Amino acid sequence: MTRVRELLLRATNPTATVFVLLVFVFAAVFVKNPGFFEGPSLMAFLKQAAPLVILAAGQYFVIVSGNFDLSVGALVGAQVVIAARLIDGEESRTFPVMAVMVLFGIAVGLVNGLITTALKVQSFITTLGMLLVLYGAIRLWTGGAPTGSLSESFRVLGRMGIENVPVLGQIPWALVVMVAVGAGSVLLMRTRFGRVLMAAGDNDRAAALSGARVDTARTLAFVLSGVSATIAGVLIGGFAGVSAQVGDGLEFTVITAVVLGGVVLGGGRGSVLAAMAGALVIEALFTLFNQFALPATLRPAVQGAIIIAAVAYAARRRTRPVPTATATPPTATASPTPS
Amino acid sequence: MRTTRIAAAAAAALGIMLATACTTDAPTEEADEATTEEASGDEWFVQADYDAQLAQRDVEPEGDPATPWLQAIEPEWVDTAAFAQEGGNATVCFSNASVSNPWRVTGWITMQQQVAVLQESGQIGEFRHSDAGDDDDQQISDIQAFVDSGDCDALIISPSTTATLTPAVEAACESGVPVIIFDRGVNTDCAVTFIHPIGGYAFGADAAEFLVDNLEPGSKVLALRILPGVDVLENRWAAAQEIFADSELEILGNEFTGGDAAEIKNIVTQYLQRGDVDGIWMDAGDGAVAAIEAFEDAGAPYPVMTGEDELSFMRKWQETGMTALAPVYSNFQWRTPVIAATMILAGEQVPSEWVLPQDPITEAERDQYLEVNADMPSLHYAKFGGEDLPGFPEAWQDR
Repeated sequence: MTRVRELLLRATNPTATVFVLLVFVFAAVFVKNPGFFEGPSLMAFLKQAAPLVILAAGQYFVIVSGNFDLSVGALVGAQVVIAARLIDGEESRTFPVMAVMVLFGIAVGLVNGLITTALKVQSFITTLGMLLVLYGAIRLWTGGAPTGSLSESFRVLGRMGIENVPVLGQIPWALVVMVAVGAGSVLLMRTRFGRVLMAAGDNDRAAALSGARVDTARTLAFVLSGVSATIAGVLIGGFAGVSAQVGDGLEFTVITAVVLGGVVLGGGRGSVLAAMAGALVIEALFTLFNQFALPATLRPAVQGAIIIAAVAYAARRRTRPVPTATATPPTATASPTPS
Repeated sequence: MRTTRIAAAAAAALGIMLATACTTDAPTEEADEATTEEASGDEWFVQADYDAQLAQRDVEPEGDPATPWLQAIEPEWVDTAAFAQEGGNATVCFSNASVSNPWRVTGWITMQQQVAVLQESGQIGEFRHSDAGDDDDQQISDIQAFVDSGDCDALIISPSTTATLTPAVEAACESGVPVIIFDRGVNTDCAVTFIHPIGGYAFGADAAEFLVDNLEPGSKVLALRILPGVDVLENRWAAAQEIFADSELEILGNEFTGGDAAEIKNIVTQYLQRGDVDGIWMDAGDGAVAAIEAFEDAGAPYPVMTGEDELSFMRKWQETGMTALAPVYSNFQWRTPVIAATMILAGEQVPSEWVLPQDPITEAERDQYLEVNADMPSLHYAKFGGEDLPGFPEAWQDR
């Protein structure tokens, strides 16, 4: 009996819940369209989901350290537009421009981080400002509509893959990048840096008093978010090419994903793997919407509901003591251990 | 408890952000009121307008076919002697809704180039313009400011939305300045002339008829749409539904994409996973290339497709040799209002409703348009109508 209760408790732990949700949504997709789980179609799904998953990893670092990064959507858009304008179809410029993009992503993250930590501006305001600055600056620079075009080699990462793989058909490069980013993020959270980040979000004064360099860690989190937006920009631009709307609203989708992954807004709790799984759930959910022929205009409303429900759920878990807490080991509740 | 409150506040703030971002980021603003309910085709369908537009497609326009921006379909000429001014050097003012999409950017450049010509000839002295950034309130105050200044000899308005801008336009008319409306209309005929291409029904019908003619009965067609609630776009879809209803094509679905290439590619990829797609109908060409790439990446044969005269689509069409049509929402209409202003100030007659021709680009004409526009960026529109202006081609390349 205790055993069952313990399992139930584990499943309702916000971090684990997302994996249960993922199974449920996939099951629903399968019922509606069994063909979805055939190799090529599953690979196409992962290729398209990869940018959001990578963004979720970047956003996780910022949120777990107690901040927000609302500028990622605008940054993704800016990166794609910058790439198209600078490359302008010339193959030879691909890699220099990618280097410029990485530097730009780091710079934006650094500015976000320094304004938040050194000037003590709340990250919500800092990154909201950055969103508007990027949005406006790009429109000013391009006169309202993006110009130029991406080179074929730029588009390889987002569009192509390892061909002729048995059963799967094609393993998209986007999936490879996604797995690499995921593994890197998990490893990073196990380092000293990861623990400082988590501690900073949980209780920054205690972390600072115990000698952790909280501000440095938080700034680095913004830089990581900027880099993740750059990678996502390369993948999205590669996947579909340039359009004026690239990146619009991505910041909300990604925050929804991270929150759905049980990562607590305000920081200090949650796992990066769950955040990335949250992104997969969102993408799978949208696939499901499509299969039920629900209008795409419903999505913002659903995202909003998910954010509120997920935060409320997580808050309820932490504020109300579990009646059976004495019977179960404390590790069964939301544990601050990074994974 | 503290964190709970922060979390709750953050969630609430996010909700607000979400709501505002969706309205400000949308390519066209007027969708707001209509987005909450799924707009049905009927709400946007007026049989008389539909019949009139379809008939106008077959009417030979008056004027020289070499200058389509001066042609007019079934014009009713009005006398403008009351507005005639001596001496040229007129101050012309222009209240623009926005330059928030490539179509408007292209047109705005064309208009500026046309103004430069008219300034050279001394007909226009000063050209003032304001950009409302898709904001109705901003545009109302822009128009008010032009009227209050008392400097404008003629006022050109490209309204951001129909109903909201109507009182501001009426106020401008009452001030005695000749008012010229173009692109979207308003609910008043107080303007001297209203300039526009045939319209959304004709666009949607051109595209739908092409699919009906080029696909076998029983073929499956997917409709890709930008957003709901925008009248010119809803009219395109309403017309297509009329045509499709009388055909034997199967419509797989109609999806809103926001014109986002990644979204378009996702949606088309998902449809291809579930079965064949033989035709694609689009209400605007934004992101058309992403739809074509979805077929390439899925290894599916190219669909019969209708996009728009945006060059990225036309170049892909040429490159792949697929069966396609580029319906046109005549971008050259941006030249007409400034020319109309000088005509009115010279006391020449203008049509009260100046309906410009709107002919789709077919495969036969495609290569010729691409050749003329060979150096133009991919988000340029083939029928921009500025090839004879002195700034061509540099002005449109460097935007």
